[in-house]
Formats: sequence, structure tokens, C-alpha cells
Amino acid sequence: MQLQVAEFHQFEAGGNPFLYLVPSGGIFAMDALSQKAVALVQEHPQDPLALLEALVAGGAAREDAKECVEDLVSARALRPEGGWQDAVEEPPANFPLQTLVINLTNQCNLSCQYCYEFGEDKVATPEGKPKFMEIETAKQSVDFLFKQSQGRRAAHITFFGGETLMNFPMLKQIVDYSREQAREHGMYIDYSLTTNGTLLRPDIIEYLAENAIGVTVSMDGPKELNDKLRVFSNGKGSYDTIVPKVRELLAKHKSRPIAARVTLTNGVTDVIRIFRHLKDDIGFHEVGFAPVTTSPDRLYAIGPSGLDDVLAQFEQLAYEYRDAALRNELHGFSNVSDTLAELHQGISKSHPCGAGLGLLGVGPSGDISPCHRFVDSDEHKLGHVSEGLDPEMQKAFLGTGHINTKYDCQTCWARPVCAGGCYHEAFVRYGDTGHANLHYCDWIRGWTDLCLRIYGEIATHNPGFLNHFEQRKAA
Amino acid sequence: MKHLRAINKKARRIEDFVASTEGDFVALQQNNAAQRPHYPMGCSIVFSPGWEVDSTGGTAGLCQPVERDLYDCYISCYWPAQVPDHLNNYPDWTSKCATATKDWRNIDLVFP
Repeated sequence: MQLQVAEFHQFEAGGNPFLYLVPSGGIFAMDALSQKAVALVQEHPQDPLALLEALVAGGAAREDAKECVEDLVSARALRPEGGWQDAVEEPPANFPLQTLVINLTNQCNLSCQYCYEFGEDKVATPEGKPKFMEIETAKQSVDFLFKQSQGRRAAHITFFGGETLMNFPMLKQIVDYSREQAREHGMYIDYSLTTNGTLLRPDIIEYLAENAIGVTVSMDGPKELNDKLRVFSNGKGSYDTIVPKVRELLAKHKSRPIAARVTLTNGVTDVIRIFRHLKDDIGFHEVGFAPVTTSPDRLYAIGPSGLDDVLAQFEQLAYEYRDAALRNELHGFSNVSDTLAELHQGISKSHPCGAGLGLLGVGPSGDISPCHRFVDSDEHKLGHVSEGLDPEMQKAFLGTGHINTKYDCQTCWARPVCAGGCYHEAFVRYGDTGHANLHYCDWIRGWTDLCLRIYGEIATHNPGFLNHFEQRKAA
Repeated sequence: MKHLRAINKKARRIEDFVASTEGDFVALQQNNAAQRPHYPMGCSIVFSPGWEVDSTGGTAGLCQPVERDLYDCYISCYWPAQVPDHLNNYPDWTSKCATATKDWRNIDLVFP
């Protein structure tokens, strides 16, 4: 029998060697001896006794060398040739729902050119469907959430749109009704929403603060960057309308951290400037970035060189995050904290995200979709809140989304955290929600490696900081 | 684990799992000896008291009184539940019982 290397990604942080094990997602620090053993096996597969002798010849005590090889095999960093092949576990058949994203309306008062709901790559087919959610549908949605989330202690509602605040009266009714239902079910419920910020008013802000409703504001940075694509239907930029309202929101809403969510497009890639503006000038607690979801030939699509530039800036901000973490301070670059949370748990995903599993979207019509990005799309409908989830449709959706069905992912060390990437992104690019997002592979591996190194440094120099991620839900 | 240090939660779970499997399977084996296949002895692997063959493979003593069950537990198996232990406390328990099928009435109860 020969020992060979199993799957892992080796990285260095703070001068120390680490292993990120695949597919388990375990992160181990190696001592000098185990590093040497791994290096020897990496050269070529080794007979275990020969490996032992080589380590002893290198000066290790026999007992140490033996323990070291045993440790590496136990952790599955080394494996017998042709050894085990671990299957990723299937999710349980009755996975309780955790989050329902309720699209209160599919209407919006902005006309952002890149919008996935209205833009050139839209998947929604809203023709003939209600534009605003009615109270009957809203109640059915809430009932559906509590029925599907049985066994959980807490459920979560995210309000979404369109522009969420265009149907603020319905939001309040849903909060009232779901509070009542939560009491009856003995469950805890909390809320968040995403808004473009244009319709915030003092009374709305007061309501959001009083009810501890988490708020994410979509905006793309300083005026000339934000106003490039985030415009009203007459072409006028939205920045001047948003900023005073957002400042008031940040001043008055203290019950939850308020986040900004930035969409990066061609020409809007100045990540560091955008971050400084939103974090330092405006005062958001956290700022997260995502490159626009689009077909590659759209004018606002970011080309490969643009993505490299974005990653370089992400890297700079991520190092700032690390330095802050070593001083025990929160930095606010949420892309890092989201990834660190997943790495800390050691998540190993069967599916790229919770869509269709612990999370579902509901459109104004009551149609159920895998997530908010597929709301109002007939092709991706998974049922209706009045009748519940169609188990066959759900099974089909999750079946094609499973990591084991993605051939290209099987040799990638980043698959425990990526699992092929966003279903919606894949559908827009490849016309198939189950397709791996191959245009992002280098980016994902680069980003995961960066976050692993930062995680390793924090674990070495300020492990207490990682307690922030003990309770934090891995996205 | 001594040469790998668990850093994240999953690694700690792996470490706990590995620790939980250590020491398994070697309860009856000598410490520090090379591991060999372990053959448990006694009634758990032999046909006893002997419907088909007895514990030595013979057929002469088949269909013996049920009391032979007790005796079988006593000599060929150290299972301590049903019979007195002959290793330490009751070495003479069967001294008056030369042939189980004839002398089993001489095997008496013990009162520890």
C-alpha cells in the first residue's frame, strides 16, 4: 500500500504552514514534521514504512514520526492509494425553511440599467401578474413560512422588491400578522429589507428602528459612480435623493447594523474609493460588493482584466480588515466577514446557497421561487403559497444544483465554499441554474486563498477575534 | 493530534472524532504489541452446548442436560454473569463434578 496526498489546499499565514482540507473544510496548522511528511508524499506516493524511515532519517524520533503520519491519515490529508472517496451528504428530505424573501412589489421607481429584474438579462415574466402583493397573499406567505419552518426556533422574513418601500403599508401588515403567528407557534421571528433608499421618510425610519428591521441599502458609491447606472426613469441620478435620507437612517436606526450593497459594473470598479465613501463619509457599518450579474456582452459587464483589478483592490481592503481584526476592531468589508464566517465553520456545501432549501422567494402573485432573483419567473416557479411547495419541482431544482452533478468542480479545492456559485448567475450566463459558474473560478480560488491566509493570521495572532464568527450564520 | 493543530470548528470536530476512535478495538490486546487479529474465545463463536457439534467439534455429547450450559460458561468462557468466576473466587466450584452430564447435581449455588 502506498500513501498519497488527499485533497487539500496548502497555504501560509504569518509564516506558518496550514492545510485547508477538501472536502471536509477543516483547517489545520502543521508543525515542521507534518509539513515535511506532506512534502515527501507530494513528491511521489510513499510506502508508509518508507515514509516513517525517511522522517526518522531526517532526525525525528520514531514515535513522533509514527504519530505524525497517523495524524495526517486520520485528518485525511494523506490517504491510501485509491483510498476513500467521500460523497457529499444529501440534505435531509424535509429541510425546514429558515428565510422567506417576500417581494412586496415588482415595481421600482428607479431604472438602473443593470437590474436583473428589468434589464436585458431578466428572467422574470411578470406579464398579467399582480404588481403589488395583496394582504391575502401576504398572509398565505406568512402561513407558508411557519408551516415550512417547523422544528426551528426562529424564522426570518426579508422584504424585497422591486423597490420594497413602494409597498410599505403591506410591510407593516406582514410584520403585525407574522408577529402574531410567531407567538402562536412559539417561535422567534426577525426581519430585514433591501431598499434603494429613495423612499425613506422619517416615519418609515422610525418604524424600522422600533421594530429592529435590518436594512441594506443598494447604492454604488460616490455621486458620479452611483449615478452612472442608478438613475430614475428620466435618466436623472439617484445619489442626491438618497444620501440625505440614508444619513438620517444611519443617525436614527441604531437597533441593527445598516449595510450598503454595491453592484460593480464596467467603469464602476473603484472599490477602495467606493468603500471609503460609503463607510467613512456616509457611515454604513458594513459595505459588501458584488460584480453585476450579466451576459458577458453587455456594455456594463466587467471584462476579465477588470475583474483582476477588482480582486487586487479587494485584496488591499482585505488586508485592512486583517489589520483591524488584529487590533480587535471591526472593519466593515462584509465580503471578508462573510467568507471568514464560512471558513470558520468549515462549511462543506452540497449546494452553492440555501435557495430552494432553507430559503425561498415569493412574488406579489404568491408564486414560490428558489430565491428573490427568480421571483415572477414561470420557468423557475416551485409552487404557490396557497398550495405549498411542489416537491418534484424542488427536487429537480436541487438535483441539478448539487455539487456532485458539476463535473468541473470535482477537482477544485475551493468547492466546499463555492459549490459552483450562484444559480441565477449561472442561468444568465449558461441558461442552466445547475451549471458551474466557470467564468469565476480563478476569482473564487484567488479570493478563498486570500481569506484563508487572513483567517490563518487572525487565528495565529488574535484567535479571540474569531468568536465574532461563532454564532454568525454562515451564509 | 499532536502534529496538526485544529484551527476552525470543522477541524475541531475532526479532531474530536479521531480522538473518539482512539483506543477502539484493542481492549483485549497487550499494550505496545503489534496488532494481530483478535479471536474472542468461548460460547460466542462455538456451537454450545452442542446441538450440532460440541465446542471441540465432536458429536458424542450432544443433547446434554441444559445444566451443561452453566458448566460451559464456567470453563471455556470467562463471561461472569451466570456462573461463579473460577479464576479468583471460586476455583473449586466444579471440583466435585468430573463429568457434567452425570455429576451436574454436585454443582451448587454460591453465596458471595
